[in-house]
Amino acid sequence: MADLATYNFAYLDEQTKRMIRRAILKAISIPGYQVPFASREMPMPYGWGTGGVQVTAAILGPNDVLKVIDQGADDTTNAVSIRAFFQKVANVAVTTKTREATIIQTRHRIPEETLSAGQTLVYQVPIPEPLRFLEPRETETRKMHALEEYGLMHVKLYEDIARNGHIATTYAYPVKVEGRYVMDPSPTPKFDNPKMHRSEALQLFGAGREKRIYAVPPYTDVVSLDFEDHPFEIQHFDKPCALCGAEHVYLDEVVLDDKGGRMFVCSDTDHCEDRREHGHAGEMLARQEAAE
Amino acid sequence: MYVAVKGGEAAIANAHQLLADRRRGDRSLPAISIDQIVAQLGLAVDRVMAEASLYDRELAALAVRQARGDMIEAIFILRAYRTTLPRFGMSVPVDTAAMKIERRVSATYKDLPGGQLLGPTFDYTHRLLDPSLLTDEPVAEPLRRPVDEGSMMRVSDILSGEGLIEGDGQMPQDHVPGDLTREPLEFPLNRDLRLQALARGDEGFLLALAYSTQRGYARTHPFVGEVRIGTVEVEMDIPELGFAVSLGRIQVTECQMVNQFQGSTKTPPQFTRGYGLVFGQSERKAMAMSLVDRALRAKEFGEDIVAPAQDEEFVISHSDNVQATGFVEHLKLPHYVDFQAELDLVRRMRAEYETRAEAEKTGTMREAAE
Repeated sequence: MADLATYNFAYLDEQTKRMIRRAILKAISIPGYQVPFASREMPMPYGWGTGGVQVTAAILGPNDVLKVIDQGADDTTNAVSIRAFFQKVANVAVTTKTREATIIQTRHRIPEETLSAGQTLVYQVPIPEPLRFLEPRETETRKMHALEEYGLMHVKLYEDIARNGHIATTYAYPVKVEGRYVMDPSPTPKFDNPKMHRSEALQLFGAGREKRIYAVPPYTDVVSLDFEDHPFEIQHFDKPCALCGAEHVYLDEVVLDDKGGRMFVCSDTDHCEDRREHGHAGEMLARQEAAE
Repeated sequence: MYVAVKGGEAAIANAHQLLADRRRGDRSLPAISIDQIVAQLGLAVDRVMAEASLYDRELAALAVRQARGDMIEAIFILRAYRTTLPRFGMSVPVDTAAMKIERRVSATYKDLPGGQLLGPTFDYTHRLLDPSLLTDEPVAEPLRRPVDEGSMMRVSDILSGEGLIEGDGQMPQDHVPGDLTREPLEFPLNRDLRLQALARGDEGFLLALAYSTQRGYARTHPFVGEVRIGTVEVEMDIPELGFAVSLGRIQVTECQMVNQFQGSTKTPPQFTRGYGLVFGQSERKAMAMSLVDRALRAKEFGEDIVAPAQDEEFVISHSDNVQATGFVEHLKLPHYVDFQAELDLVRRMRAEYETRAEAEKTGTMREAAE
């Protein structure tokens, strides 16, 4: 009991890494296809990014620079915790700058800055199966993918429009990859879907609890499902970021007081800070400076 | 003025420091030792070993202490350790007929070879709070009888002697037992994998499912053929030696459930079986497991699948408490990006609704004026 455990570089043993890398290679070869893999118990709970952590651990090398975000931010608690984990078990360089990172692990967002060739975006995925809420059985959904039987999904989207006048899916919005597999982009807001299309970066998706890995290789077509008369569209915000003045970015709503006061700020904290450093100022920042 | 929340790192460190403080509790009291947990909270330790799939009392006790007595947290800690261990081989099947028995009861026979042995059981205790346990009063030594070296015949063997119960079942010669900790599960499962999943499944979940079968959701007419608790020898084949060597003894609880009979024009009627085997002393779990195992064999016997306990994909996908707790509790992680997306849509739909309502109102007013 004395000598409890010494851990390998990036926590996982090399056998396990090899197994995960094989799954990743298969996933890259069949874009959008969910590859079963022997997911391990990780020292953080299922549902908290164990899939993403295993993918990152399997591809991480000593020269990599790692960025971890949750909700677009580097400083959310779970992002802090996962970053600290890799600093501890792999001693790799970490950054908050999107463009400096070689590997970016993310939950719920794609950075605003366009990713470039050589970068890898690792998504944490809770439910990898886009058809799950239409058909709870894995045995059935695998069959549906094999037969390319996606009618059910279109019916769901149609029913949304019939009932609500809108497609009521705002995040985890289903996409078709390279004209074949319907894929869950993980619970990113649909605002981020267009960024996946023909991205220069490699996109890897890890679902630990559900034991699936899938991938979108660079320059792959990723098309959000829609109808000719109801084309896919992303969210638009009425105001720019209150701190950096950015437009056409995804914003978080912050409640300021109990009198209905609200402000909207960039969800991507690195993007926001970068803009402010370059002299951009939003309404709130300008007002504060004026007050000083 | 809004300030972006920073300092998550410091907050996490402080929270963990506070957790360590709460775990230790009142410093004027002596800390509880691992030995004490092993000796005096043995059944908690057993549950952690069983559901973590790791037979090590000290480590399980450490996990219980580290988890402040939260069983699922302790199971999780021990599992996360287990997964880092190399797998260097596979034992030969343990022989539970050769078990050194501490408890063995059968509900199907009044008496049987080896007899009924109550052992250390809560059964027939009156559940009255015991004031003598408030203080450390001396406890009398238990009575012991001479060790019976003979093995105690299993009830399933008694019945199968007459052909009244299905046999142990055969796997194909070249069948390698699956390992759900090394391979992703793919439904439908073979029974070996299914039993593995049940053995590490959540006690409470299996108990509830087993209970549901008794209340009519896939009734299986069960009798406890026997429950036995004791130690069995674990042996492993060493290829270099050409024979099996003993690795030591472990305590297990085994339950053989005797269930409703089956027969057809080809096979004479005979009882069927449900099986439960769990690390340590855990009768409730072993019994629940055997009921659920039998219910899950519905397809094998051509029974109609009408209840949750018979649905393999449903049962096995949700029996793992480490997975379940992780995913349920992950809901407390920030989801504000997705929530923002929903807020946006609901606001937009409300705006459209109000415009429509307004248009209708002006429409009616105009009609009235006309």
